[in-house]
Amino acid sequence: MSALLSIKNMTHYFGGLRAVSNFSYDIPQGTIYGLIGPNGSGKTTTFNLITGIYTPTEGKIFFQDKEITGMKPYKIVQTGVARTFQNLRIFSNLTALDNIRIARHFNTRSGLVSSVLRLPSFMNEERQVKKESRELLDLMHLSSRANELAKNLPYGELRRLEIARALATKPKLLLLDEPAAGMNPKEVEELMSLILRIRNEFKVTVFLIEHHMQVVMGICEYLKVIDFGETIAEGLPEAVGKDPKVLEAYLGKRGA
Amino acid sequence: MTKVKLPKFLIASVVFYAIIEALFRLEVLNGYILHIINQSLIFVILAASLNLINGITGQFSLGHMGFAGVGAYVSGTLTTIILKLNPTVTSNMGIFVLCLLAGGVAAAFIGFLIGFPSLRLKGDYLAIVTLGFGEIIRTVFNNIDYVGGPRGLLGIPKFSNFTLIFIAAFLLIVIMRNIIQSSHGRAMLSIRENELAADLVGINTTQYKVMAFTIGAFFAGIAGGLLAHLIQLAHPTQFGFIKSVEVLIMIYAGGVGSMTGSIIAAFGLTFLSEGLRIGIRALADATNLPIGGEWRMVIYSLLLIFIMLFRTEGLMGTKESRIIKIEEAD
Amino acid sequence: MGSIFNAQQIVNGLQVGSIYALIALGYTMVYGIVRLINFAHGDFFMIGAYAAYGSFFIFNSMLAGKHGSIAFLVLIVSMLAGGLIAMLANQLAYKPLRYKPKLSSLITAIGVSMFLEYFFSALPMIGPSYRSFPDIIPKVQISLGSATISNYVVIDIVVAAVLMIGLTFLVRKTALGKAMRAVSQDKDAARLMGIDIEKVIGFTFLIGGSFAGAAGLLAGMTYPRIFPYMGIQPGLKAFIAAVLGGIGNIPGAVLGAYIMGLAETFASAYNSLLGEGIAFAILIIVLLVRPRGLLGEKVADKI
Repeated sequence: MSALLSIKNMTHYFGGLRAVSNFSYDIPQGTIYGLIGPNGSGKTTTFNLITGIYTPTEGKIFFQDKEITGMKPYKIVQTGVARTFQNLRIFSNLTALDNIRIARHFNTRSGLVSSVLRLPSFMNEERQVKKESRELLDLMHLSSRANELAKNLPYGELRRLEIARALATKPKLLLLDEPAAGMNPKEVEELMSLILRIRNEFKVTVFLIEHHMQVVMGICEYLKVIDFGETIAEGLPEAVGKDPKVLEAYLGKRGA
Repeated sequence: MTKVKLPKFLIASVVFYAIIEALFRLEVLNGYILHIINQSLIFVILAASLNLINGITGQFSLGHMGFAGVGAYVSGTLTTIILKLNPTVTSNMGIFVLCLLAGGVAAAFIGFLIGFPSLRLKGDYLAIVTLGFGEIIRTVFNNIDYVGGPRGLLGIPKFSNFTLIFIAAFLLIVIMRNIIQSSHGRAMLSIRENELAADLVGINTTQYKVMAFTIGAFFAGIAGGLLAHLIQLAHPTQFGFIKSVEVLIMIYAGGVGSMTGSIIAAFGLTFLSEGLRIGIRALADATNLPIGGEWRMVIYSLLLIFIMLFRTEGLMGTKESRIIKIEEAD
Repeated sequence: MGSIFNAQQIVNGLQVGSIYALIALGYTMVYGIVRLINFAHGDFFMIGAYAAYGSFFIFNSMLAGKHGSIAFLVLIVSMLAGGLIAMLANQLAYKPLRYKPKLSSLITAIGVSMFLEYFFSALPMIGPSYRSFPDIIPKVQISLGSATISNYVVIDIVVAAVLMIGLTFLVRKTALGKAMRAVSQDKDAARLMGIDIEKVIGFTFLIGGSFAGAAGLLAGMTYPRIFPYMGIQPGLKAFIAAVLGGIGNIPGAVLGAYIMGLAETFASAYNSLLGEGIAFAILIIVLLVRPRGLLGEKVADKI
């Protein structure tokens, strides 16, 4: 079977700077794959390229065997790719519930006119969206926060809210940009089991960027390591963890 | 469990209408006060429609009165022509409503066009472009002889009255509220909150920004038409930048994003403005000092500065009154 | 002389462009350093004109006949007036909002602008009506081939050029100029390097405002009338010139201003509606086609 997401020889320049270089990655359905590398190595840029925020200078991206290179971000989301952000991008003056409901919007069908007239079809759909959104909040242990403004939630809950919002788009592929950033060890444990649960219950494929070695080694089935936009290693987590080039990139000149 | 939900806003509106109408019939309210109430209601339409663009969708617009101008000139020209062809038409409200809608549609079309720069521009740059568009609209009116050029369009029939303006304002609020409290409205809100994140949960931000400008401009056009047929005049200076800023002050004073705030501020500031006009004139007469009408705008501009410095969230913040809001069932 | 592109028009365009350039510089410098479109900037221009008007009568009674000295002193006063008001506006209205959403400052700036215009027209000693501006230096016509120009044209162009050369020196060679460039690049880094950011911002307003004040004097002499709302149109046009050149970019503002002055002069000669509207048309085209302007640098949003 071919991969769910397939990136072929992707290169991206910012001005004269090569941020991502000849990057290829095939992610099979149902897996949890990881991308690691030191700060500034081009990880988030890779996500931005997959989600259409940038168009790659060279190379192609396929999702479910269809090319998505250069498509608009919202279209890419609608084909089934959702993501979270390294620096949270929450709708902070809206409630937790509304944050989720917004992500359901493109799946709704009621037009502007039926919304204004409050037709039964519209009311039913609103009820359905609300129910599904509440279920997602439940899953993330956020149901008590449904009507709270997002800006009043603590950091850990915002991280979960953002994952819930991404799931609300009913993705087939979920991109997580440093989901464990800023979490304490207990929260990291919970996050890991959450990611595994999401993969199993929602049948989504997970592609994550992470610094946190515990998370990467704990849940990723396959890893790719990049530095300065170049792939320096890839393989199973145990093997990658022992690769001297990886150790140098992390612990070498610019090391911890 | 069945709940009978009372349409609170409908009741409140009917009560408001009945009280004003009764007070006017009983001659407690004179024509002058009723005129100011009419103007306030027109400003309710202008403020609430700008609120959709600015407060809900987060697209800063400084040319809102330009849309009102389009509505005023288009509907005013149409009714004037019709009146010339058939002088008995004054009693036909149906024709007037059609002309108003035509003005609204024309304004919506301009709003649709102006929505496009908003796709590429943000924040202060967008503000400047909308200002530029507003000024271009004004310049065009100023230079078309057929609509009176710098003298303005004169002799517009007096079609607007309290009942009609009230109905227009009522419908506007219901329609706006129903949009805002729907999936479409939430899509617009998400653009205000974080455009990139909105894009990345599948919202077609382009479509919603243009939609907000189009709908907002449509209602501004209706308001412009109502105003022109109330004061029987459409003049380029009524639709310039300073007037757009006055509407902007209303939504900031009321609280950006709150329709309740827009309504209260539209009434409050229209009455304040009239009060200042009268007060300043009385003061000048009483003291024999050269106190000019400019002081009214001095106070207005200071009000704007103080709101921004000390109460950026306005009167209501983003809250809505229970009367306007639809309670959601779980 | 059927063509509208004759020498006379070019000289007129350069003259208008010089006045726009002096105003545009303040817009661009302030934007470069605090990312604020200072709406009230056109009103600093108006205040410069009134300061020049008032001070001329004082200096004229003291130094009757010494035109050069009077003109020089009037220039200093108009620059000081524009600069000090700009600093005051920054201190009272913009500084408290420095770290609030950008639009709050923009709206406040609109408020400051309206306040200055209406306050001046409400003041009994100024009033809303036009005043004719005195000839600060005797007017002389100089004929140059087919064109006749007044010495005022030469004064406008030369004064603007001298001030701009002074500014270039200030920005490139002095410690203050370096600090200004540092703050506009990265406020936090500049603070860590021990630069007093607020002081630098204050100086930027002072310099920008003083240039607008000087422009007010030149415009007053040239047109020759002043009124409290005289800053609105030139202010907008100069702002558009700054955007055209790439806002935040000093040479860009000057280039944009001269293009604007010439375009407007030619367009007005062709058709009055076009003359009124061309500035906004230029603005919209620039922003749609090349939002960063002619010389502006592309800035990528950090995602």
